[in-house]
Amino acid sequence: MAAPETSTAAVPTLYTNNTLRNAFGGVLSFFILLLIGVMAFSIRLFSVIKYESVIHEFDPYFNYRVTQFLAKNGIYEFWNWFDDRTWYPLGRVIGGTVYPGLTLTAGTIWWLLNSLNIPLSVETVCVFTAPIFSAFASWATYLLTKEVKGTGAGLTAAALLAMVPSYISRSVAGSYDNEAVAIFALIFTFYLYIKTLNTGSLFYATLNSIAYFYMVCSWGGYTFIINLIPMHVLLCIVTGRFSSRLYIAYAPLVVLGTLLAALVPVVGFNAVMTSEHFASFLVFIIIHVVAFVYYIKGILSPKMFKVAVTLVVSVGLAVCCAVIAVLIALVASSPTKGWSGRSLSLLDPTYASKYIPIIASVSEHQPPTWPSYFMDINVLAFLVPAGIIACFLPLSDASSFVVLYIATSVYFSGVMVRLMLVLAPAACITSGIALSQAFDVFTGSIKFQLTGASSNTEVDAAETSSSTAESQTDAVKTEKPEETAKNRPSRKSKKKEREHGEKPSTEAKAEKKRLLALPLESSVHCVWAAAEAYSAPSIVLTSRSHDGLHVFDDFREAYAWLRHNTDVDDKVASWWDYGYQTTAMANRTVIVDNNTWNNTHIATVGTAMSSPERAAWEIFHSLDVKYVLVVFGGLVGYPSDDINKFLWMVRIGGGVFPHIKEPDYLVSSLC
Amino acid sequence: MEAPIRAREALGFILFSLLFSICRSSSLNHLLISNAERRIDLSSHIVKVYLTLKVENAGSTPTSEVLLSFPPTQADHLATVEALVTKGKRKKTTLVRLDVKATELPDAPNDAKYFTIYLANPLKSGESTTIEVLYLLTHSQEPFPAEIAQSESQLVYYRDSALILSPYHIKQQTTFIKTPSTKVESFTRVEPSNRAGTEIKYGPYEDHPPYSFSPILIHFENNSPFAVVEELVREVEISHWGNLQVTEQYTLVHAGARHKGVFSRVDYQSRPTLNGASSLRYLLARLPPRVHSVYYRDEIGNISSSHLRTDSRKSELEIEPRYPLFGGWKATFVIGYGLPLQDFLFETSDDRRYLNFTFGCPLLETVVDKLTVKVVLPEGSKDPSAVVPFPVEQHLETKYSYLDVVGRTVVVMEKKNLVPAHNSHFQVYYTFKPIFMLAEPLMLASAFFLFFVACVAYLHIDLSIRK
Repeated sequence: MAAPETSTAAVPTLYTNNTLRNAFGGVLSFFILLLIGVMAFSIRLFSVIKYESVIHEFDPYFNYRVTQFLAKNGIYEFWNWFDDRTWYPLGRVIGGTVYPGLTLTAGTIWWLLNSLNIPLSVETVCVFTAPIFSAFASWATYLLTKEVKGTGAGLTAAALLAMVPSYISRSVAGSYDNEAVAIFALIFTFYLYIKTLNTGSLFYATLNSIAYFYMVCSWGGYTFIINLIPMHVLLCIVTGRFSSRLYIAYAPLVVLGTLLAALVPVVGFNAVMTSEHFASFLVFIIIHVVAFVYYIKGILSPKMFKVAVTLVVSVGLAVCCAVIAVLIALVASSPTKGWSGRSLSLLDPTYASKYIPIIASVSEHQPPTWPSYFMDINVLAFLVPAGIIACFLPLSDASSFVVLYIATSVYFSGVMVRLMLVLAPAACITSGIALSQAFDVFTGSIKFQLTGASSNTEVDAAETSSSTAESQTDAVKTEKPEETAKNRPSRKSKKKEREHGEKPSTEAKAEKKRLLALPLESSVHCVWAAAEAYSAPSIVLTSRSHDGLHVFDDFREAYAWLRHNTDVDDKVASWWDYGYQTTAMANRTVIVDNNTWNNTHIATVGTAMSSPERAAWEIFHSLDVKYVLVVFGGLVGYPSDDINKFLWMVRIGGGVFPHIKEPDYLVSSLC
Repeated sequence: MEAPIRAREALGFILFSLLFSICRSSSLNHLLISNAERRIDLSSHIVKVYLTLKVENAGSTPTSEVLLSFPPTQADHLATVEALVTKGKRKKTTLVRLDVKATELPDAPNDAKYFTIYLANPLKSGESTTIEVLYLLTHSQEPFPAEIAQSESQLVYYRDSALILSPYHIKQQTTFIKTPSTKVESFTRVEPSNRAGTEIKYGPYEDHPPYSFSPILIHFENNSPFAVVEELVREVEISHWGNLQVTEQYTLVHAGARHKGVFSRVDYQSRPTLNGASSLRYLLARLPPRVHSVYYRDEIGNISSSHLRTDSRKSELEIEPRYPLFGGWKATFVIGYGLPLQDFLFETSDDRRYLNFTFGCPLLETVVDKLTVKVVLPEGSKDPSAVVPFPVEQHLETKYSYLDVVGRTVVVMEKKNLVPAHNSHFQVYYTFKPIFMLAEPLMLASAFFLFFVACVAYLHIDLSIRK
């Protein structure tokens, strides 16, 4: 940023001293970033240390299997892969139905390592992809926040993101899921957008489209970007902040981004056909109209301009009405109004539970409870409001984007617990801004008291504390030159504003300690969450009893048995939860899996599961099933077994086959 | 019982034809066996046969070769044949191992297979000597019934001859067969024969001409698990930084009576004595002492059910497969461990180095159908040669490991049908210059150096078009 330069130029006697200090600050922040990266990586290794280097959960097993295929057969085979091991007898076109970003990323890493003769297995690469990308994500957060509020806020936000439990829950070593790389892509796209907005450089705009393309490759959540950025553009236009920079930041993104997005097979023509993308096109039209109006305004006299406005508005309204009518007719003709089920359940939280039990049956699609906010973003929840206030002082294009981002992500996280993940970076950015600004104020007041060179001692003292604290003191340091010169009065309206300036330094110091304690306590919580709450791979269960640790490895026992002792073409039926794991670990054909693209097929299995033995046998026989995998946790007290899921089998089966009625399976109906 | 009867008839025919076939080889005729005792141990699935032969030279010329003959069905399952001779007078006896080689005779009756024992000192005319022969048979017990349920115990057939098949005239012979338990369903009687406890005695039989054969069939209970490793690949990687990394890939199968019906884990665990008596619950691997970083896993991750016990002389790794193996069930897994290099790598006087390591499978009481031992020599080593105490197939490969440029030479040795008796040492000799150890660190260092130079250069070069 150019700000420190100007302030130092005003004091020529201190010039050399300050360049040295700037250089020192640059090196220091580089090392702090490096440490943040190391921390982000290593805090996610608890699962490897406590359990083993293994792929977690359900979806990661599918991604792992796809990556194995990619590593073995190459990219062209991958695009054309028709998988006959799943959804028997239908099969699934994998190449055209997956978001390939994660797979391609890990596949590329694996290929690169192997071409350097570093013989790591595909599994190892997959396990460590998520921690590596969370380090990248925290660096991207630094860049984004730096664009918004300067280096100090950037470092603080990066440190917070590196250990925010919500993100850890999705990116521990082994949780090889789309979100692992998508969060990095999301933040990086936002960073490039803000960077373009700040610089007006077409270079960054192009990079932005490429980053957006990577995001589209990686995760269905890209629709969040393609709706949030238009919203921000619209906000800027409405608040009279239209500029050529805004145009450059937006127009190339829509054109290039949409073209690139359409290249991804799973998106394809959806990039121009589904309602999720319409907002961006609408805003694209609006921004052109606005740009045109500004242009006309520039070349016409005010009087002529008024005449032109009335003319255009009257004609334009008529045309717009016609276009909108056609659009509405088109959209209304499709049963879901052009929206996919998951998107609709975002807009209307009750939609899924009413119409699509299969979406509602997934626990991560449920709305979160209050404790989960505290669990997942912890102390950030309290810092976010302060951060939002800080964003308004002064409000810039970039900070308004952050405000919009946090506002929308809070809403989405309230709908679906899974989207807490989108909230986490926003919360980190705002909290980083809040903490950094508060520090600016307090250290500023100390500096006023102790004039001269005494500020060094304070830096030394702080450096001995943890890396979090370190990054914050550094934040303070790098911000200082700018801070002391100006802007002070405008930032006063923080909640602790009254203490500032005239207050004695002791009080400011005490306040600073209190403020330091906040992220420190939260880091204790984060480490706990990383170690205890989010590191279980869920295929290996452990329980502690009086005689030591017990390991339940029954899932893999069953899969290994299937793998070695059944014929390679045997079909295994199970509830869809275990589909991905069965294909990946047992290498056997399954009837349904976690992809849940065919509701009828799942309902068939649900019906078979909830039918009497004879009827079930007939259904399974018609599907060539030779083995049925059921999970029973009654003996050891494992709660999430098939009995627990049984009502969903009944509900989903009953949704398609009306002879399955839920009340028949409830106790009250027997009485 | 139809099949065994037919087999008995067939064997009877063989006996008949053998009795009339007279060996024409003159070198055989002048030896005779004055007394033979055979002890067959059937207590595990590896059949151990101890044969004590008192050989007498009845001819006029001294000879140093003694022939052993086996029926072709047994010869296929023969894992190893060893011959020992006792030296010295009473109390100070020592056993001396004799050379044994497979031999082809042109006119072998009924495809009998031969092994020649080479005596240390030629047997002069009229002299006699006592030879101890030990041979092991694999896959020689046939489960019958071929399929059993979880709660049943495993019954097997063992086929042999009551008379020792020999190209020589045997004056007197006795056979003792030890069964694993007293539960013997039936056995062929060839008088005089009787059974007492776990032992069946055939003989003594007097004066039987060469190639006498009398088939017997024993049907008995054998609940020892038939642990067979179908394929084992052992990779021994030498690092001159002080470590020897061993990786062993197993394909394990239970070769006993096939499992029939359901498997109930609850029954299996609550009544272990009545259920799955023949199932394979655990295996014991005997590893070298000072073993470290032991892992036991398969393609889907770590297998948590293993215990390692170490002391100064040996290490024992007790491993359980993911699921108990019943007859016909398979499992694959990998065991890996590191060993201190100085225990296994030595230097010869002519500046060559050699690795001294065990050849066979470290699992106890296990048959290995096919074993591949790969010794990965460090990058830059030359002139590899392997010395193995028994015949193996050998060839060389190249393997690329961490940051290799030219690749590492791999000495590959293959052998079929192994038993624990093959766990003897083999040596791989090679030459290696210690300077090659520094190749990879130097490569890395220079790569980083170039990277930083490039960074410095980039920061000092102005690449913008417009000045």
